[in-house]
Amino acid sequence: MTARTWRRPPLIADARLRWGLSVAVVVYLLLAVSSLEVNWQRVLDGLERGADFARALITPDFTSRSEDILDGFLESLAMTFVSTAIGLLLAIPVAVGAARNLSPLPVYLLCRGFIAVSRSFQEIIIAILFVAMLGFGPLAGVATLAFASIGFIAKLLAEDIEAMDPRPLEAIRATGGSLAKTLHWGVMPIVLPRLVGVAMYRLDINFRESAIIGIVGAGGIGATLNTAFDRYEYDTAAAILLLIIVIVLASEYASGFIRGRLR
Amino acid sequence: MPVGLLRIEGLSKRYGRDALALDGVDLSLAAGEVIALIGPSGAGKSTLIRCINRLVEPSAGKVWLGDTDLTALDGRALRRARRRIGMIFQEFALVDRLTVMENLLSGRLGYVGFWRAALRRFPQADIERAFELLEQVELAGMEDRRADALSGGQRQRVGIARALMQTPDLLLVDEPTASLDPRTSRQIMRLITRLCGERGLPAVINIHDVPLARRFCRRIVGLRQGRIVYDGPSDGLDEGVLTAIYGEEEWDAPAESEVEAGDEAPV
Amino acid sequence: MPVYFDDGQPVWRRRSPRAVLLTWLGWFVAVAVLVTSWMFVSERTIWIFVTDAPSQGADLVSRMLPPDWAYTATLLRPLWDTINIATLGTLLALVFATPLAFLAARNTTPALPGVRAAALLIIVASRSINSLIWALLLVTIIGPGVLAGILAIALRSIGFIGKLLYEAIEESDHRPVEAIVASGASPGQMRLYAIAPQIAPAFAGISVYRWDINIREATILGLVGAGGIGLELIASVNVLAWGRVSMIFLLILATVLLSEWVSARVRAAVT
Repeated sequence: MTARTWRRPPLIADARLRWGLSVAVVVYLLLAVSSLEVNWQRVLDGLERGADFARALITPDFTSRSEDILDGFLESLAMTFVSTAIGLLLAIPVAVGAARNLSPLPVYLLCRGFIAVSRSFQEIIIAILFVAMLGFGPLAGVATLAFASIGFIAKLLAEDIEAMDPRPLEAIRATGGSLAKTLHWGVMPIVLPRLVGVAMYRLDINFRESAIIGIVGAGGIGATLNTAFDRYEYDTAAAILLLIIVIVLASEYASGFIRGRLR
Repeated sequence: MPVGLLRIEGLSKRYGRDALALDGVDLSLAAGEVIALIGPSGAGKSTLIRCINRLVEPSAGKVWLGDTDLTALDGRALRRARRRIGMIFQEFALVDRLTVMENLLSGRLGYVGFWRAALRRFPQADIERAFELLEQVELAGMEDRRADALSGGQRQRVGIARALMQTPDLLLVDEPTASLDPRTSRQIMRLITRLCGERGLPAVINIHDVPLARRFCRRIVGLRQGRIVYDGPSDGLDEGVLTAIYGEEEWDAPAESEVEAGDEAPV
Repeated sequence: MPVYFDDGQPVWRRRSPRAVLLTWLGWFVAVAVLVTSWMFVSERTIWIFVTDAPSQGADLVSRMLPPDWAYTATLLRPLWDTINIATLGTLLALVFATPLAFLAARNTTPALPGVRAAALLIIVASRSINSLIWALLLVTIIGPGVLAGILAIALRSIGFIGKLLYEAIEESDHRPVEAIVASGASPGQMRLYAIAPQIAPAFAGISVYRWDINIREATILGLVGAGGIGLELIASVNVLAWGRVSMIFLLILATVLLSEWVSARVRAAVT
C-alpha cells in the first residue's frame, strides 16, 4: 500500500477565493506600509523624551500644578454627572420612539436616524460643534456628552423594548389603554431595571471622554493635560494620567458593586 | 504478589483540608492485565487514576511504572513518562474545533517539537499510524471531520484512538461510558478491552456500572472512601462484597442498567 | 366579597424598612451631587453666549450647507491614512495583546509570581487611557504623523483586546487541556492544541470589533497631529471653512458605517 499523506483542510475551501484573499491582504499591507511617511530622524530624537516620560511615570508630580489638576478633575466629574443625568432623561423618549413595536414609521425613522448620527461621530467631533455654538467651557462638554449618551442609552433601551413579549402590550391595548398607560404598565417595568446598569456604564464612558474633549475647549481635565504635554511637563502629565487610571478603575469597581447588589 | 508493571504503594491524596480522598492505596498490575475500578461516586476512583499520571498531585505514596517512580518526576521527565500512559476520558475531552486527524495526532505531541506541532508537520509514521487506528476504531474516512460533528460513540472512539496513538505502556480509562447510551457503552467497552487484549496493554478502567465491569474485566477492584475494599475476580462480586463497596441495597432487584445489559443483542 | 386580614396576619411589603431608607438616601445623594455639579458647570458658563446659541447653530448649519464636494479629492489621501492607522494599529495590538492575554489568564499564566499582576496592570493602564491621549503623548515624543497615530491606536487596543481575550481563555473548557497535558505535551503545545482552537472564534470577533472602533477613533487622531483625516478637520475648523467640515463629516459617516457593516458581517460569519 502506498504511503498515505494528510494535510490539514484549509480554512477556506475554495482555492481561488483563498488565494485571492491572501494576495489582496499582502498587496494591501505592502501598499499601506510603503505609504507611511515617517521621519525616522525625528523618531530617534524623540526617544530621549520617551525616556523622560517613562521616568516621569515613576516620579509623577502632583503638587506643582495641583490647583489646575484638582480644578480640571472637578470639572470633569461635574460634566460627567450632569451629562449622564440629562442623557438618561432624554434617552427614554428617544428609545420609545425608536422601538418599532410602539412607534409609527416616521417617528421610528427619525429616532433611529438620531441614534445613528449620535453614535457614528466621536465625542470630540460633536464637541467642536458645541464649542462653536455655546462657546468654550464645561457647558459645551455637558452638551456633547449628553448628546452622545442619548444615542448610546436609547439604542440599548430600544433593543430591550423591541425584544419584549408583545402579548402584555396587546392586552393593555385591548383594554383600551392609552399610550401613556401602555408606557407605564408595559414599557417601564422593562426599561427601569436596565436603566441603572446602563447609567453606570455610561457614567464610566462619560468620565473617560470628559478627559479628552477639553482638547478642543469643551472643559474638563483634558485642557490641563494638553497644556502639560505642550510644555513637555511630563511629570505633571504622568500625574494626571495616573489619576485617570485610578478613577476609571474605582468607577469600574463601584459600578460592578452596585450592579451586583441590584441583581 | 508478583512485581507488576504498575505498582502503587501507600498512595494518599488530600484536597485542601477535606477528608482523605485516597487513603493508603496499594495496587499492582501485571503486564497485559485489564482491571475495573468500581465504587460509589466520591470514592476516589477518578483521583486514583489521575494520581498515576500526575494530573492530580498525590499527597503521599509512590507510583511505579516499570522502573520509574512517577511521583519523583518533574518537567520534561514527567512529560516523557506521560507519553507512555494513554488516557481516555468520561466526556471524551476532544478538542472540538480540530479535525479528527488533528485530535489523533495530538496524541503524538510528546514526541514532536513545538513548531512541527504548530504547522501540523508530523512524521509520516505518525500519519500512517493514525490512519490504521482510524480503521481499527471503525472511523475510516472520517479524518477531516471536525470533532464536534461526531456522535457520542464516534467521539469516544476518537478518544480511544488518540490514547493509542501514544503507543502507551499503560492505559488509564476514566468512566468511558458515562456519557453514552447503554448499547454504545457496551460497544465502547468491548472495543477498549479488545484493543488492550490485542496489544497486551494493561489498563485501569474506572467504571460505575457494575454489570459492565463484571462482563468485560476479569479482575475487579472496589474502592470505598479512598480505600480498597475488594480486589479479586469478577465472579467473586457477591452481595456481601457489593454491600462492602456501595453500602446496603437490595442487590437482587434488577436495576435498569442491569436489565438492558443482561440480554446482549447479537450485533 | 372583600377579604379581611386578621391583625396577626403578616403584611407583605416590597422592601424592608432599611432598604427603603437606603434607597431614599441613595436618591438624596444623587440629587445633591447633581445639583452641585450643575451649579459648578453653570458658574463657568457665560450665559449670554448660550442665549445666542440657537442663532449661532442656525448660522453654523447654513454655512455647512452645501458641503464642499470638490474638497473630496483632497480628502482621499488622509482617508487612506486613517484606514491604515486603524488597520496597522489593530494588527500591532494583536501581536502584543495575544501573549499578554495568555500571561493574564488564570489558567495559562506561568507559575512565576508577579507575572499575572504585571500583565493585568499593563492591560488596565492601556485600557483606561483614550487613544487620543496616547496620541497626544506620542506626538510630543516621536513627532506628529501617521506613526504616532498607529502607535496610539495600538497602545489603546492592547488593553481592550487583551482583556476580552484573557476572559475568553479563562472561560475555555479545561477537559481538552487535561487530555492534551496527559499525553505528555509541553505547556506551549497545550496552549496551541487545547486552548487556541477554543478561543479562535473569539479572537477573530474581538479583532474585527476593535478594528471597527479603531476606524472611528482614527478619524480624530489628527486633531492632535497624529495623522489621518482629523488633520484636515482641525485645519478646516481653524479657518472656519464649514463647508469643508461638513464634507469631512459626510466622509467619516460613510467610512464608519461601512466599517461597521464589514465588522458585523465578519462577526456573524465566525460565530
